[in-house]
Amino acid sequence: MLGFLKRPIVLTTDINVNVVVLTGVGLLSRLWRLTYPRAVVFDEVYYGQYISFYMKRVFFLDDSGPPFGHMLLALGGYLGGFDGNFVWNRIGAEYSSNVPVWSLRLLPALAGAFSVPMAYQIVSELHFSHCAAMGAALLMLIENALITQSRLMLLESVLIFFNLLAVLSFLKFSNCQKHSPFCLSWWFWLALTGVSCSCAVGIKYMGVFTYLLVLSVAAVHAWHLIGDRTLSNVCVFCHLLARAVALLVVPAVLYVLFFYVHLILLYRSGPHDQIMSSAFQASLEGGLSRITQGQPLEVAFGSQVTLKNVFGKPLPCWLHSHQNTYPMIYENGRGSSHQQQVTCYPFKDVNNWWIIKDPGRHQLVVSSPPRPVRHGDVVQLVHGMTTRFLNTHDVAAPLTPHSQEVSCYVDYNISMPAQNLWRLEIVNRESDTDVWKTILSEVRFVHVNTSAILKLSGAHLPDWGFRQLEVVGEKLPRGYHGSTAWNVEEHRYGQSQEQKERELELHSPTQVDFSRNLSFMARFSELQWRMLTLRSDDSEHKYSSTPLEWVTLDTNIAYWLHPRSSAQIHLLGNVVIWASGGLATAVYTLLFLWYLLRRRRQICDLPEDAWQRWVLAGAVCAGGWAVNYLPFFLMEKTLFLYHYLPALSFQILLLPVVLQHVNDHLCRSQLQRNLLSALVVAWCSSACHVSNALRPLTYGDKELSPDELKALRWKNSWDILIRKH
Amino acid sequence: MLCATGRLLAATTLPAPPRGRGSAPRCRRRELHFPGHSEQPFCDFLAGRLTRPSVLRARRVILRRGRMPPATGGGLTGSELRARRGRCGPQTARPASRDVAAEAAAPSPKRSAVSSQRLEAAGRWALLALVTLLSFATRFHRLEEPRHICWDETHFGKMGSYYINRTFFFDVHPPLGKMLIGLAGYLSGYDGTFLFQKPGDKYEHHSYMGMRGFCAFLGSWLIPFAYLTVLDLSKSLPAALLTAALLTFDTGCLTLSQYILLDPILMFFIMAAMLSMVKYNSCADRPFSAPWWFWLTLTGISLAGALGVKFVGLFIILQVGLNTISDLWHLLGDLSLSLVTVGKHLTARILCLIVLPLALYMATFAIHFMVLNKSGPGDGFFSSAFQSRLSGNNLHNASVPEHLAYGSVITVKNFRMAIGYLHSHRHLYPEGIGARQQQVTTYLHKDYNNLWIIKKHNTNSDPLDPSFPVEFVRHGDIIRLEHKETSRNLHSHYHEAPLTRKHYQVTGYGINGTGDSNDFWRIEVVNRKFGNRIKVLRSRIRFIHLVTGCVLGSSGKVLPRWGWEQLEVTCTPYLKETLNSIWNVEDHINPKLPNISLDVLQPSFPEILLESHMVMIRGNNGLKPKDNEFTSKPWHWPINYQGLRFSGINDTDFRVYLLGNPVVWWLNLLSIALYLLSGSVLAIAMQRGAQLPAEVEGLSQVLLRGGGQVLLGWMLHYFPFFLMGRILYFHHYFPAMLFSSMLTGILWDTLLRLCAWSVASSRLARSIHVVGVLSLLLGTAYSFYLFHPLAYGMVGPLAQDPQSPMAGLRWLESWDF
Repeated sequence: MLGFLKRPIVLTTDINVNVVVLTGVGLLSRLWRLTYPRAVVFDEVYYGQYISFYMKRVFFLDDSGPPFGHMLLALGGYLGGFDGNFVWNRIGAEYSSNVPVWSLRLLPALAGAFSVPMAYQIVSELHFSHCAAMGAALLMLIENALITQSRLMLLESVLIFFNLLAVLSFLKFSNCQKHSPFCLSWWFWLALTGVSCSCAVGIKYMGVFTYLLVLSVAAVHAWHLIGDRTLSNVCVFCHLLARAVALLVVPAVLYVLFFYVHLILLYRSGPHDQIMSSAFQASLEGGLSRITQGQPLEVAFGSQVTLKNVFGKPLPCWLHSHQNTYPMIYENGRGSSHQQQVTCYPFKDVNNWWIIKDPGRHQLVVSSPPRPVRHGDVVQLVHGMTTRFLNTHDVAAPLTPHSQEVSCYVDYNISMPAQNLWRLEIVNRESDTDVWKTILSEVRFVHVNTSAILKLSGAHLPDWGFRQLEVVGEKLPRGYHGSTAWNVEEHRYGQSQEQKERELELHSPTQVDFSRNLSFMARFSELQWRMLTLRSDDSEHKYSSTPLEWVTLDTNIAYWLHPRSSAQIHLLGNVVIWASGGLATAVYTLLFLWYLLRRRRQICDLPEDAWQRWVLAGAVCAGGWAVNYLPFFLMEKTLFLYHYLPALSFQILLLPVVLQHVNDHLCRSQLQRNLLSALVVAWCSSACHVSNALRPLTYGDKELSPDELKALRWKNSWDILIRKH
Repeated sequence: MLCATGRLLAATTLPAPPRGRGSAPRCRRRELHFPGHSEQPFCDFLAGRLTRPSVLRARRVILRRGRMPPATGGGLTGSELRARRGRCGPQTARPASRDVAAEAAAPSPKRSAVSSQRLEAAGRWALLALVTLLSFATRFHRLEEPRHICWDETHFGKMGSYYINRTFFFDVHPPLGKMLIGLAGYLSGYDGTFLFQKPGDKYEHHSYMGMRGFCAFLGSWLIPFAYLTVLDLSKSLPAALLTAALLTFDTGCLTLSQYILLDPILMFFIMAAMLSMVKYNSCADRPFSAPWWFWLTLTGISLAGALGVKFVGLFIILQVGLNTISDLWHLLGDLSLSLVTVGKHLTARILCLIVLPLALYMATFAIHFMVLNKSGPGDGFFSSAFQSRLSGNNLHNASVPEHLAYGSVITVKNFRMAIGYLHSHRHLYPEGIGARQQQVTTYLHKDYNNLWIIKKHNTNSDPLDPSFPVEFVRHGDIIRLEHKETSRNLHSHYHEAPLTRKHYQVTGYGINGTGDSNDFWRIEVVNRKFGNRIKVLRSRIRFIHLVTGCVLGSSGKVLPRWGWEQLEVTCTPYLKETLNSIWNVEDHINPKLPNISLDVLQPSFPEILLESHMVMIRGNNGLKPKDNEFTSKPWHWPINYQGLRFSGINDTDFRVYLLGNPVVWWLNLLSIALYLLSGSVLAIAMQRGAQLPAEVEGLSQVLLRGGGQVLLGWMLHYFPFFLMGRILYFHHYFPAMLFSSMLTGILWDTLLRLCAWSVASSRLARSIHVVGVLSLLLGTAYSFYLFHPLAYGMVGPLAQDPQSPMAGLRWLESWDF
């Protein structure tokens, strides 16, 4: 206990000067003149607006990824005291003085800088030589594309950082496993693996690929562990449990936590509200909640309501009607009922109000006490402004001929009786006696005579329908679909019996007090679902590219051009590194297959431990490259060169590994080794040279003459901007 | 083992009792041995991958010295190798000697035992016959009803008629299935005159039973195939019977087999491939023997069939491929085989599983193109060169000038499928949509408004004036395209296009050919040198707008009504080379030039094959679900969430509803979960080195190996659908459903055996097994009795009505029958 009295306290530390130096150089390369250019560069225009939203606490929805990455960038803004007042609308716009450019770009730059020493660590944790590790770090340091990407307010470098951290901590953990399981550092590295995996996923969904890779390597290790008969059953169980908690539970919890913080931070309504359900919107401050606050919860007979379509595609809209009727004969010669049009209208309007009427009574006001509407009740819907009844009948709808036309009934006295009874079905009810609730209930209106269901067809009506959306009665409902469900958004108990008074009442806004009644999990699941299903139009982009062009670096992206001079920033890789990276992957794959087949015939070219090392290095580096690259071939969204960078960072790790392997196992004589070393030196210096040559395009700090720019256009497909004078 | 294959051979060609009877006892004996027999490769497999026993290392040392040890080589290794190698030789001899032994034994006092074995063999035959008979009986029962077109019969029946009439059409699936339907129709006397317009149309006097009967015939074979596959995988009769019952009594499989559809044909080939793969796996101990070759070849043929019907056939190819790779991996690891032998194995598989199917697959296409030689509704989907093959098409036997010259009247076709010809007409873009100038669109049909005159950009003189010499248009020339009917020039400017906002608008501008510099386009041939002439049909050309530098293309989006729902034409500032911005010249009229016959330009067979595949793949990708439509999701399928209406809606109609028998399907679902559970428990126990009793060991081998193979089949036929962007239907699940029923058969039999084993008394054990299997069999049969109206058709009130025959059977609200 009192040992320190007897013995002096001695602290011994190992400082790996290499790591320190690498960190230093990394920082230098990424932080140097970080505030230059003081203008919006490429995708900063995209991320910047979200940072502003965070600063102003305004809710937004971005389908490109979970919010953790955006929050990290916003943290930079917060530390720099950014107030969010900047209009992010144009690439190249000068930053105003209130934008703390340095602190906004600091985090990605730090992440990029720390990737350099981490590359060193990973290669040495894979039990390759110190020299190979230095090589990996050097390549990471001089790779132009990585430098460009990490010096700007973008997320790729942070993603790469967490990818590498996940791999590094997993390797540290599995090395701990060999000598002292369950020790403190074992736990630390295990937990860090889980945490960094979930951070990677939290930044971009692409991080999932690395997470899966780590999981599968861990699963293989665990399977070996199960087969290890020296361990007791309890011990094996503890091992498995620890892994399951750290690699499955912790990431899941953290992931939800990101959303929790996100939703806590963003409590004001904003421009993306419309995509969310009414209930979600009502939980935000301002916006819909200002209208819906304090309105009665239970819809009763005599209620005045607006009905919003739950699916809301192509546009969020409300059930609507107006004085105009369907044209007698459509352009294609079909006839209509010529009754009053019923549409779905994407704007708030007094014509969106409907009154829920009990078919048995003539009252259009709420009785006291109010009589709530329940699941299964038959109702009539009366249009507030025209007092006509919602009706459908066996007439083909204007644009969707296999569905029924929906109209507000006008009696032309032509033996076409009104069919205006609708049975109410509450979709998300808990029991059959449930009451129809404002905002929360999703209801379907089933036509009593024809069992058609009121549905938003999604088609735009022609000019006679003012380009509003078509509403039809679906005769063949095939299960539940959001386009047949509606929810009450605005709601008040109707008081006025007379039409004139009622119109006045409808024009006045609804008012009462405010409650947030949506739980976090409900909000989280809705947000998550919308993020995954939101399909943005795949927009063409001048600099979009296909995965095949990435490997050969046949494409580039112009990030920024100085408004006056020819200084410019490009996302452009180091050609030597990319080419040799691809070569190394091919060599690794061929060698691996060769060894594998020979081992199957019991011919072992490599000693067992070298083989194990070779396989693990391949699984991490070549596997990391493959999982981060190949899935892009299946994706249908617009792709850019920067999507390749995470894969590239793994490929860079593979390069020195392959070189060392060639040196150790394939070079048979000293002469060959010397030759190889000379080759490596030459290759390294050419990589450095290329990196230096491309430096002006990476940092954008130097004006180049048109001739110099032309000289840099090594490939015809590179788009380097040359000013015409 | 010969007996096993012999029996199967007999099974497929029906009764051949003498051979079967003699060989059956041997099968039986082999079966009893089977746990030990199958243990070997499995452990090898585990050992090879996970733990490397030190024995191997010792052997390796020897092997390094000389790879093929001499036969006299000393020590354990040598003898072991010799012994193993010897197995190949005497193997063939052994059955013969056993045969002799059996013959000799026959008249001995053990006659009663032998005769009981014979009886058992006869029983097996009877069972197989019963299963087949039942399957045929259920499939052919009330096949002629309803006497109208049901669901997709409207497509596939129509396509069958196209083959009979030899008119060209386009479909997203490869041709084999429809060709077979057409053939069946042809042989049964159908003359191809029925229009197959829409579901519900009465067949009247047209002969449709031939086509339905053919599909039902193939569909009936699924059950014996599944029965034999399971029998071979599990060596257990109850498992096979259970599988057969599940499939026979499944209303979904039944419905799907009774109509003119591709699915029964597809499933027939899938199951045939699976069965022959399993059979050939069980011949593995006698490689290169006749049955081995037979089953291997049959696998290849079935694979070609499956792929030739639908691209979904790729999944079974994947399964056979994986199986083959693991097979070869084992052979490679077997050091008693020389590399030459391994090479032979490899070559045999490449021949039978790659070369043969590929040849057959291409042959089906060759027949397809040969049969369909008349112009038909599919022409527009294909390139101009392709159309010139079809008699009746205006490009057939046509002759046009070969090189484009100034003054020629041309039509310009977009290279992308289903976009059509560059078109303009006397209508202006409406107010507010770009400049109010004449519309330019693309149009799929042939029309006078598709004609353009190609002119020099700087002169308005008529190049057709006989006094001028002919001047050819060359790659890189600057030209003007004048619309023949309206004399306006193709024009573009910095206004946004009507639908694709990032592109520029394309209009017709100018009066009688006089416009401005925005009418100038540079014509470029893709991948050619400057100065070359431009060939009709063959050259892929781009039009680059001189002032803005954008490229003429079509976005493929449909214009609103003001544009007559033709497709939008834009000028795209993105210079990426996509098919949307590549065009070719189709019609070409120039009186000053000599015409050449287009036959010279006819594409070769590989080109046609490639083109039709591109078109099919694009067609498949084009089948995207619309936002506001109800679409079937893959997760709906295994839970039998919702069926498909084949025929009829209202209570007066004859209604057929494609829905799985819920009892069968939910049992299948449960079985997959149970399988995963029990399989992982067993695998972990084995990995932990638990000592299992011999019986359990044997059963777990069946579960892990046989069940594993079937589970893989299920996964391969199900999970890829989650990745597909195209519109999906419930019936896509049925191939996977076949596999999951086989899994259920294997699993329940094994589980019941395990249960029975855990009970001490042998009589009780036996009765547990028998009762269990019987109750499952009877349960499915009873549920079929309940649900059979779904498949055989029902009339009368809907299920909500208590009067309905289906009252009380609508267990899920989402079922609408």
